[in-house]
Amino acid sequence: MNSMLKASVAALALGVASTSAFADGLSGDLRIVSDMSNPAPRAVMEGLVADFGAANPDLNIELEIVDREAWKTQIRNALTANAPDVVNWYAANRMGPYVEAGLFEDVSDMYEDGSLPGLEAVKGAMTLDGAQWGVPYTFYQWGIYYREDIFNELGLTEPTTMEEEMANCQVILASGRKCYAIGTKFLWTAGGWFDYMNMRTNGFDFHMELARGEVAWTDERVVQTMANWAALIEMGAFIDDHQSYSWQEALKFMTDGDATAYLIGNFAVAPMRDAGLDDSQIDFYQFPLIADVPQGEDAPTDTFHIPAQATNKDNARAFLAFVASAEVQTAINAGAALGQLPVNADSSVDADEFLEQGFDMLSTNAQGGVAQFFDRDFPAEMASVGMEGLQEFMVFPENVDDILARLEEARQRIYE
Amino acid sequence: MSTSTHRSWYKRNEIAVTPWLFLIPGIAMFALYVIIPIFQSFWISFHEWDGLGEKTWVGLDNYERLLGGDRKFETSFWNNLKWLVLYLLAIPMGLFISLFLNQKVFGIRLYKSLFFFPFVISQVVVGLVFSWFYLPGDQGLLNNVVGVFGLGPYNILGSPDTATYGIIAAGLWPQTAYCMILYLTGLNSVDPEQVEAARLDGAKGHRMLWHVILPQLKPATFIAFVVTIIGALRSFDFIAVMTNGGPFGSTRVLSFYMFEESLSEFGFRMGYGAAIAVVLFFIMLGFIGYFLWSMYQDEKGAR
Repeated sequence: MNSMLKASVAALALGVASTSAFADGLSGDLRIVSDMSNPAPRAVMEGLVADFGAANPDLNIELEIVDREAWKTQIRNALTANAPDVVNWYAANRMGPYVEAGLFEDVSDMYEDGSLPGLEAVKGAMTLDGAQWGVPYTFYQWGIYYREDIFNELGLTEPTTMEEEMANCQVILASGRKCYAIGTKFLWTAGGWFDYMNMRTNGFDFHMELARGEVAWTDERVVQTMANWAALIEMGAFIDDHQSYSWQEALKFMTDGDATAYLIGNFAVAPMRDAGLDDSQIDFYQFPLIADVPQGEDAPTDTFHIPAQATNKDNARAFLAFVASAEVQTAINAGAALGQLPVNADSSVDADEFLEQGFDMLSTNAQGGVAQFFDRDFPAEMASVGMEGLQEFMVFPENVDDILARLEEARQRIYE
Repeated sequence: MSTSTHRSWYKRNEIAVTPWLFLIPGIAMFALYVIIPIFQSFWISFHEWDGLGEKTWVGLDNYERLLGGDRKFETSFWNNLKWLVLYLLAIPMGLFISLFLNQKVFGIRLYKSLFFFPFVISQVVVGLVFSWFYLPGDQGLLNNVVGVFGLGPYNILGSPDTATYGIIAAGLWPQTAYCMILYLTGLNSVDPEQVEAARLDGAKGHRMLWHVILPQLKPATFIAFVVTIIGALRSFDFIAVMTNGGPFGSTRVLSFYMFEESLSEFGFRMGYGAAIAVVLFFIMLGFIGYFLWSMYQDEKGAR
């Protein structure tokens, strides 16, 4: 008994030591496979490895960066055969298949033993079956990005309710522009609109019930969501032929001034700036209110995980603690790096118009709750059937009954 | 006498055994990569499996769902039929172009290679070029051309009624070139004496083509038919590049649906994907069986 106590105290001390000093003393190997393949994230990932390596000179770190899209299917092989020690993935339901198959390491111990100070707020997104399966490293807000200069020209102000939103839209349409750019060729952008229409019409809790398959798609509350959405579609608020564009291609309508707003994640700011818009021309507002329900927001979180079959789990845990620490979070999410929001409550948000607004919105004005995104909150099969139906709805809103019946049929099969 | 009894077993059976020895590597590879996976697909299609955990035996459930009114399956099946029928247009078009090009004028080789060019470039590139050609609004070349005549604008790939036809048209471009080259080589072996004799008998124009030239091109037609059917069933690349199965799944074919269910980002329903593969296998087996049978009939007739 005594010796056991001693051992556990020693282990605890060791744990604290290794986290407070992820700075030194690690040796052996650490093999990381990352999906941060776009230019800015890639530089961040390489920087992280360089810094971690500099602090642990005896540690042999091997970093492999794979294409972000390809990783969505490759991860399965990577986790089962010759698993690396650290991998990237996404929070919430997207972890489901790997958690169920026992391929992700349970890292609840890190949340309990104090290795991850400042992460209490985001713990929920990493929790499945009562345990935590990884650490987040970045997240970003969704909301309406709009052309401030065109709003000024037309004498419009940021709306807070759907009536104001539609009144604005009427003015925008009268000026020969479209209200919203969107590209639904790859479907998920339509999922973003549904998330917001449903969370504003029926509230965050209802949206999550729908995601968990507890409510029928043919429920009159969902029908109401679709009716609210159809009102926008039928007034011609969205650009034509959006089913033929990717979200990047549709961005051109906004940068050319043919559409005035875009419901999208904060990652769209960088390409807008690259296209020549400056911060006096773009601005951001929270998706307007529809019903009197607490606002829920989409804020997808990207994560690091340890495969269950990893060989250097202690080194991997130290790396996860390093990535999630307050200073590192401040540095990698800065405007010049990832340009997103830090997950650690103790880190600071970079002085950037959009990051500040987004952080403010999520910390003070998302009382309903924070969702991940349609394709991360809904199970994979429901998400793919659902987004296809939502794309069809945006082109042929009159097919709504048929679409909802089809989704309901899929729900009954998928969640059984 | 004594030498013959002392010859080794191999020496005695050399003539019977040697062909099999040469065939073994090929048979082993074919079995490993083709025959065994076919039976594995059959096996997987009776299960529910996410590719990671344990397989769950579900019997014929996958087939009941697939053939019992899965709308995605029905759309894919009809699209496959559209591909099979319309893709065959490549054969008469290829024949027409080859007749047109089968003449001796200056630079004809250059013209032939230009016509053959679309078959040389990757299908992915052809798909991309056509999707730019079809771009909606006033961005695409097509809408600019029909706009001159006061028509359009059309969104060919964005409308569920036209998207599949748009992709098939893109596919016909390289396939026509392929059929053309088959017919050009076929035309080289047309017997000039028969043409001469037919001409003396007063045959010309389409009668000459139908009764004298075409019968001699029968081997080329047969091959063109086979490669076109196979090409129609391999339409995956065009669909993936041009519409990704959309809009709202209206351009899926069976192979694309199988890929989506089993290997795409939101897929990994291996059992259901395997069931689609099995159905596709039997459809293809029907065609292949027909070709083997007709080849057999031809050879029997030739004997």
